[in-house]
Amino acid sequence: MQKINLYALRKNRKAIMEELQRLGVVQIEDMKLADSIFTKQNTAQSRRVFEKSSDTATQAADILNEYIPEKKSPLSMFEGRKTISVEDYYTFVDNNDEIMRVAYDINSLQKEISDKKADIIRLETQKESLSVWGNLDVSLRFPGTKKTKAFIGTVAGSMTEDEIRATLAQKLPEIDDYVVEVISTLPEQTCVFILAHNSVAEKLEKALRGLGFARPPLQPKQPPQERIAILDDRINQAKNDIENAEKQIKSYVGMRNALKFIADYYRMRRDKYEAIELLSQSKRTFILTGYVSSENSQALEKLLTEKYDAVVEIEEPDENEDVPVKLKNNGFSRACEGVLETYSMPSRHEIDPTPIMAFFYYILFGLMFSDAGYGIIMIIACGFALLKFKNMEESLRKNVKMFFFCGFTTTFWGLLFGSFFGDSVQSIATTFFHSDVSLPPLWFEPLTNPMPMLMFSFAVGIVHLFMGLGIAGYQDIKQKRYYDALCDVVFWYLLVGGLIVFFVTTDMFIGMSGLNFNLPSVVGTVAIICAAVGAVGILLTSGRDSKNPFKRLLKGLYGLYNVTGYLSDILSYSRLLALGLATGVIGTVFNKMASMLAGIDGGGIIGAILYILVFVVGHALNLGINALGAYVHTNRLQFVEFFGKFYDGGGRKFTPYKINTKNYKIKEDI
Amino acid sequence: MGIVFALLGAAVAALMAGIGSAIGVGRAGEAAAGVVTEDPGKFGKVLILQLLPGTQGIYGLLIAFMILSNIGIFGNPVEVSVMQGLMYLAAALPMGFVGLYSAIRQSRAAVSGIALVAKRPDQMGKAIIFPAMVETYAILALLVSILAITGIPGIAV
Repeated sequence: MQKINLYALRKNRKAIMEELQRLGVVQIEDMKLADSIFTKQNTAQSRRVFEKSSDTATQAADILNEYIPEKKSPLSMFEGRKTISVEDYYTFVDNNDEIMRVAYDINSLQKEISDKKADIIRLETQKESLSVWGNLDVSLRFPGTKKTKAFIGTVAGSMTEDEIRATLAQKLPEIDDYVVEVISTLPEQTCVFILAHNSVAEKLEKALRGLGFARPPLQPKQPPQERIAILDDRINQAKNDIENAEKQIKSYVGMRNALKFIADYYRMRRDKYEAIELLSQSKRTFILTGYVSSENSQALEKLLTEKYDAVVEIEEPDENEDVPVKLKNNGFSRACEGVLETYSMPSRHEIDPTPIMAFFYYILFGLMFSDAGYGIIMIIACGFALLKFKNMEESLRKNVKMFFFCGFTTTFWGLLFGSFFGDSVQSIATTFFHSDVSLPPLWFEPLTNPMPMLMFSFAVGIVHLFMGLGIAGYQDIKQKRYYDALCDVVFWYLLVGGLIVFFVTTDMFIGMSGLNFNLPSVVGTVAIICAAVGAVGILLTSGRDSKNPFKRLLKGLYGLYNVTGYLSDILSYSRLLALGLATGVIGTVFNKMASMLAGIDGGGIIGAILYILVFVVGHALNLGINALGAYVHTNRLQFVEFFGKFYDGGGRKFTPYKINTKNYKIKEDI
Repeated sequence: MGIVFALLGAAVAALMAGIGSAIGVGRAGEAAAGVVTEDPGKFGKVLILQLLPGTQGIYGLLIAFMILSNIGIFGNPVEVSVMQGLMYLAAALPMGFVGLYSAIRQSRAAVSGIALVAKRPDQMGKAIIFPAMVETYAILALLVSILAITGIPGIAV
């Protein structure tokens, strides 16, 4: 990583910024330089405008997708962004205004549709409230004639004409100058039309109130029937409008790609303005500072100097500068960069642990998944994806590649431990062919010999941990901190290594594991001496930062206590056994279930079909769950046990200023 | 009589670990669904987190299956003494109890992890690690149960 300072004329600013964006090799930094000559340009407003345009276009494309879904294969996630040529790029850019007009049009049509839909619901509700007045042939507003007064409304409860009359007669025994007509009855209310002579209207109204009389909330001018017809008309009109709007939206289907492109285009311009804000500008010149990776710096310098008459300074960054980090690995280990990134980028002075981590990653994953059948499926599926989708996004490609490599180790360990879709070979042979052919393990079967497998898991763990410790030592030596390397690494090697070797020679170990390395007793003695030397060393040096001898001793004791940490770290690798067994045994469970079903007709055709059905579903399930388990726990072993020994991380990822699009990649023919 | 105890052991392992996982996955699922209502694009990520407390149930199944196959439930019956039966029961206990409790606890870490992913999708790796730490203890219990079960047939009582 090198530092770049670029001094150029302001008239070339647009061209240079666009060039840099296309190249995508410079991370621009905010140099806090602002004085009477150099100023920062505030671009917040133009960025907002671009962002809004981009959102509008994206929204329009989404709406279009709602009406005419884009055909996508289920594997489309692997496809990556489409590529367009530079000519197409400029054609789209030239039609920018037209495309944006379409985008706004689609959005307003969609708004119209949702408004109309709300209208329809409102009209339907009105219609419903009028429908109870179905056969009334006057308006609900009808006040009565010259000499009469009309009461149109509802009374509480379900009542017949006679009941209403009877009730009114009871309350107003002296009056009978009115007619009652029941329009409709519902369980909770009765719609009535009552016409009364003006002279009795007032009294009648009071009496009606006692019955819970209320006028309808909606009182249209027209009689209900007519009004309903009008509402129907309006509903149809709205439906028609919606249909037309939808048709019009659908007619824009050809613009889908243009909309997506324009969303990208405005996003790019927004990014450009964001970058411009970082520049220091005077009236006629501007300064850009940033970082460029060493492999690109020469070419970039040449390009900028020759093409734009700019002055370019390339220099090594200062010792204590916060330089961004870019990982650089070969294809085999690059696949695991994604895993490292989810933990943390290495800081500037740390080594990139990816290659060593990748090596162990594949081995540990394979050990936990350890089934040849699943491994082969992983190889085929990932290999197919890698071959078929050349355009896959880089980060996804890395992950797929990682699982591709993991597939090989999974197959390898599966064969060693004799697992192929669980015990499928044996299961199929006994169910259908009545023979007892089985796939013999090339090494041993962990299910029947769990102890050796447990010991092997611990051994792998010890190698892994010691490797981590070794890297810590390497880093110390590289930075010429030899004393630290001795105290923090060599003593630990002596202590932990000595204890392990000593433990292996004890009778307890031999009794527990059934393994006997037949080591001469002198080995045990040497081992315990080494451990003692290491322990004393750690006791004396752990607190070397403190001046106070008493404090130093206490810190030394605490340092020595960390040996329990190593114990738990090593024990943690027992998950290699447990998860490895889980894959095999659950696979076997499904085989067993399948063969039980197949046994129904003694291994005939129907049995075979049932067998295949259970086999496929069961193993798909097992594959998914255990691949997830293996992935999670490999990560854990790397992050917690391995990285815990040497890796701090905390680096800043190199994120160059580049074309950051969602839908399209622009193919350069430079 | 021995076989009854052994069967009880298998049942305890599958039962308790299964209950734990069901509670755990259910709880994590509620949180995951909440995130998906906001952003359907995170479905894949939160699904992984939801599945994490599900492994205990599988470990329980594994132990149950090992016991069942050891005592000859699937054919070739084996003579199981009362003592051996009790041993199988005892061997199943770590997986049963730790499975139950760790799945429930793990789900709380998973729910927090889902909340983390909802806010910062780039921190997915770390969000997975926290629940995975809890899982360690389920794995250790599984290990003890496996080692015990594989040892039992050799002990003549």
